[in-house]
Amino acid sequence: MEKAIRKQFFIFVLPTLIAFTAGFLLPFLMGIGLSFCRFTTVTDAVFTGLGNYRKIFSDATFVHALWYTALFTIVSVITINVAAFTIAMLLTKGIRGTNLFRTVFFMPNLIGGIVLGYIWQILLNGVLERFGKTLTYSSAYGFFGLVILMNWQQTGYMMMIYIAGIQNIPDELIEAAKMDGAPAGTLLTNVIIPMVMPSVTICTFLTLTNSFKLFDQNLALTAGEPSNRSQMLALNIFETFYARTGWEGAGQAKAVVFFLIVAAIALVQNRFTKSREVQQ
Amino acid sequence: MAKQRDENQVSSLRRAKHGWIGTILFSVLSAAWLYPVYLVGINAFKKKAFITREPFRLPDARSFFGIRNFVNGVEKTDFFSAAKNSVIITVGSVAVILLCTSMCAWYLTRVHDRVSAAIYTLCLFSMIVPFQMVMFPLSKLANLMRLGSPVGIIPVYLGFGAGLAVFMFCGFVKSIPLEIEEAAMIDGCTPLQTFFWVVFPIMKPTTITVAILQAMWIWNDYLLPYLVLDLKKYKTIPIVIQYLKGGYGAVDWGTMMAMLVLAIVPVIVFYASCQRYIIRGVVAGAVKG
Repeated sequence: MEKAIRKQFFIFVLPTLIAFTAGFLLPFLMGIGLSFCRFTTVTDAVFTGLGNYRKIFSDATFVHALWYTALFTIVSVITINVAAFTIAMLLTKGIRGTNLFRTVFFMPNLIGGIVLGYIWQILLNGVLERFGKTLTYSSAYGFFGLVILMNWQQTGYMMMIYIAGIQNIPDELIEAAKMDGAPAGTLLTNVIIPMVMPSVTICTFLTLTNSFKLFDQNLALTAGEPSNRSQMLALNIFETFYARTGWEGAGQAKAVVFFLIVAAIALVQNRFTKSREVQQ
Repeated sequence: MAKQRDENQVSSLRRAKHGWIGTILFSVLSAAWLYPVYLVGINAFKKKAFITREPFRLPDARSFFGIRNFVNGVEKTDFFSAAKNSVIITVGSVAVILLCTSMCAWYLTRVHDRVSAAIYTLCLFSMIVPFQMVMFPLSKLANLMRLGSPVGIIPVYLGFGAGLAVFMFCGFVKSIPLEIEEAAMIDGCTPLQTFFWVVFPIMKPTTITVAILQAMWIWNDYLLPYLVLDLKKYKTIPIVIQYLKGGYGAVDWGTMMAMLVLAIVPVIVFYASCQRYIIRGVVAGAVKG
């Protein structure tokens, strides 16, 4: 059977392979190469060694965006996961209307980032106006605005994953703990949380990468204002490419650094998941 | 597969003691959760001066603007042609992705050689590469290959969406018993017939999951079409909304609110009509990815 299928390589694999090569593989390899070059378009590249990399770490906007993004990621990962887990715990207790509540919490996840940004811009500016401020008054407002926005968008999604995890805990386990007289707090920390660890790992990974790679919401909510102080990494890279002439090489070098950080997060997280899976 | 418990059948062990307090609490919280959408809805019917001045007030005799925000917005942004482009791109790309990557995944799982292993590894790898990494070369290549139309962008989405789709289909094919396909082949099916008559129908649950994940991504995607499409001729919904912002801060919030409503309504209708599939698909996609 394998032989018969192998003869059909051109029909089964080639369309995907061509698109994958042209749409991902080739641009990826070119991207690495171009990060060591000076260029304005892909055909006029001149090799300049590590020049671009030296340039980006002396670029204050990049270093600021890096820290801003890291801080944003930490805050939103914690807030989203705590909120999602709490709601998931409460919505697995057979409360009347549970299905409707879950549906409502999940809904914002379907709305696109650009649309989300403008929805929250009108709401948050409306609130801040009472204090004579706007979202772009200082980078702190943009920061918390984005945190609130991301919580609204992602909490329902993570809640669904936690609910699936909580529902998979066997009743017998909870019954046994209760029979042994475990108080609610102990039940939570010693039975429920260890049993939903796989969900915790998935949710942390998703919120981590989603927050770190955030672009659309950042663009629509504050566009990096005031003067690039609320600019996250992805937006900083975009502006380096398209808003600063002569910086294309630096933009590509930033993109490589960005990729390496995202890959490192993914690999560390993956190893973490595997070690958890063995224990279970 | 773990047994699926119906969400309403909660054992007495887990049931909350004072359920009605929870119902009240969550009713309030749900209302608050929907408030941002409601806010956009009411402001879409107000004159623009009143939107930034008193955003939380319902439209009244002074501020009511009828549907003129919608009329102006649709005219200014050519919204319906953008919506048409969004539909062509999303439906076309999802269909092509489902067809091509399911075939590819079946081949990669059934044919054990170095080529298959290498392609599979590359697909996994592509899933951790952020778009910014390939953004610039990809947009230049797409321009060189003249892919700047709604149909032209479809292969770009196939290339960029292939990683996740191939990975998910491969995961499913591994669980299909080989005997079914062998029986089909012995009865004289060619590999193509075996795939379309036997394998593809069995893959339906994964096909739905992949379709939903890819559709949500492509429908909401801003950056890829912004860089690849010929923007003088073609825009998508997220692009026209971002264009409303224009240059330095001069936003017409009236048309903006109306266009946000038009952008949200199809999503909510889609969600309401196949909510069960969407939630299941998104959660399954997360657990596997």
